[in-house]
Parts: sequence; C-alpha cells; structure tokens
Amino acid sequence: MEGNLNMVGYGLAAIGPGVGIGLIFAAYINGVARQPEARGVLQGIAILGFALAEALAIIGIGLAFVL
Amino acid sequence: MHLVNVAQAPEGDEFHAPGPGDFEFPPLFGEGTFFTKPMLVVVLGALVVGVVFYLASRRAAMVPAKMQFVGESIYGFVRNDIVGDTIGREGRKFVPYLTTLFCFIAVLNVSGILPVLQFPATAKIAFPLVLAIISWVIFNYVGIKKHGFYGYFKAMMFPPGLPKPICVLLAPLEFLSTVIIRPITLTLRLTLNMFAGHLVLLLTVLGGEYLLVEKGGGFAVLSVVPFAFSIVLTFFEAFVQVLQAYVFVLLSALYIAGALADEH
Repeated sequence: MEGNLNMVGYGLAAIGPGVGIGLIFAAYINGVARQPEARGVLQGIAILGFALAEALAIIGIGLAFVL
Repeated sequence: MHLVNVAQAPEGDEFHAPGPGDFEFPPLFGEGTFFTKPMLVVVLGALVVGVVFYLASRRAAMVPAKMQFVGESIYGFVRNDIVGDTIGREGRKFVPYLTTLFCFIAVLNVSGILPVLQFPATAKIAFPLVLAIISWVIFNYVGIKKHGFYGYFKAMMFPPGLPKPICVLLAPLEFLSTVIIRPITLTLRLTLNMFAGHLVLLLTVLGGEYLLVEKGGGFAVLSVVPFAFSIVLTFFEAFVQVLQAYVFVLLSALYIAGALADEH
C-alpha cells in the first residue's frame, strides 16, 4: 500500500475546522429558527464565518501537498 | 489538441490515484507552444462574461428584455446583497469592479464541471493570485486616499481608546493580517477549494472507470457506487464553485469597507 503520511495529518487537521463550521451553521440554524425574518442578515454572517473557518482546512490541504 | 491530460493516464493493472500532477497540462498545439488548457478556459471565460454583459446592456430599456434582465439581476445582487450590506451607499463606485469579479470567478469555477472543458482555471494559483492582488491594491489605495498614508496605518494599527501595552501586541498582528495575510488567504481559499473539488471529482470518476474497465467482472457492478458519488459531488461542486465566487467578492467588499470606515 502506497501513500503519504501528510494525508493522515491533513485528516487530523481538518477536525478543527470541521467542528468550527458545524458550530457556525448550528448557530445560524438556531438563529433562523428563533427569528425567521433575520434570515437575510444571518446568511451573510454565517457564510463569512464559514469562509474564515474553512480557510484553516484549506491551508491544511495546501500544506499537505506542499510539504 | 490535448483536451484530456494524457500524461497521467493509468497504465498497468494498478490504480493510480489522481494527484497534483493531474493539474499540469501539455501545450494544446503540440510541443514548443505555450498555450495550455487553463489559458483556454480563462480566454473563453473572459469572452463569455464580456459578451453576456455587452448583449445585456446593448439595448437598455425601461422594460428589460431577457438579456437585460439577466445582467440587471446579477448587478443588482452584487449591489444590494454584497455591497449594500457591507460598504453602504459609499460603495456604489466599486459595484462594477465587484460584479465583474464575481462573474469572472464564477465562470472560471463553473468551467470545472462543464463538459469538454472540465477544468476550473482558478485551480491554478496564478489566476486567483492576480485577482487577489487587484483587490489588495484597491482596498489599500482607497484607504490611503481617504485617510492619508499615516492616518490609514494609524487607524489600522492603533485603534483609538486602546491601552498602550495592548497596542504593542496588536499593532504587528493587525499589520500582518491586513497587509500580508489577506491577499494570501484570498488566493489560497479560492485556489485550493477548486483544487480539492477537482481532485475529488477525478478520484470518483477515475475510480469508477478503473473498476468498470480495468478490473471488470464482479468489480464492474461495484463501479456504480463511485459513479453515483461522482454525480452527487458534481452538484455539490456546482454549489461550492458559485459560493466561493460569492465569498471572494464578499471578502473584497468587506476589506474595502474596512479601509473606508472612519474608525475600526
């Protein structure tokens, strides 16, 4: 079996952003469920937070291929 | 014309997982020329965006026709939902740039799932890098133009009402994050999203093809699973591709808003 240990490391590194993105969308769903009319405002904020948390996972996959 | 990457074609009976090598394309018109498939995608993408907006604005009328409606919908989306919520009225003059950016990135991304092309040009780091540098120059330029060189960096690094000891910590961090980290994360986010998405699609399709053609027999039945996954992932990729174009433009707008804000 061939492979690269980097990918195992990337899998571990992706846990953090995965949890973070889950928390962000959980909060978003909670917010919309409590106050449906705030959906438009919350959507932009949720996607912004998602993009920032996702950047960590993205840096991880970049390093997995580069290192 | 090499529309398919021949260098990485699987050989022998062992499965060759796709890797970064699948993103290197030979020149389209034989050895010695420089024009590769990602360049073709970018040229076509620029043409598509230009032609669509030319047709949309050619016969502008009070009651919009089909093409004008399409153009105005996209423009209105960027103006109201992205710029309106972040920069406000002051941001009207950035709407043309941000609209073009959104359409250009969206077209380049979506070319990753279009038949025949099937390569997101933004997976090559050079294209997002140039776009991120343009955004970086714009938000720094408008910030310096509004607050002056000294005022801009003072507002960025030393926000008013902050105790001096914290400034020692905060000033270098703020400088790093605003001037150096921002363009890098803009670039990497777009590039590697497209890179990873394309890699996953390649893996499912090539894996299915390997089971069906190379292995055969009982494994051919199993190839239904990766092929089904590839179809589901294609729809998911379509969503991610448009979302990433939106995120790139949203962040550009936020950076411009931050540079224009009176106090941070």
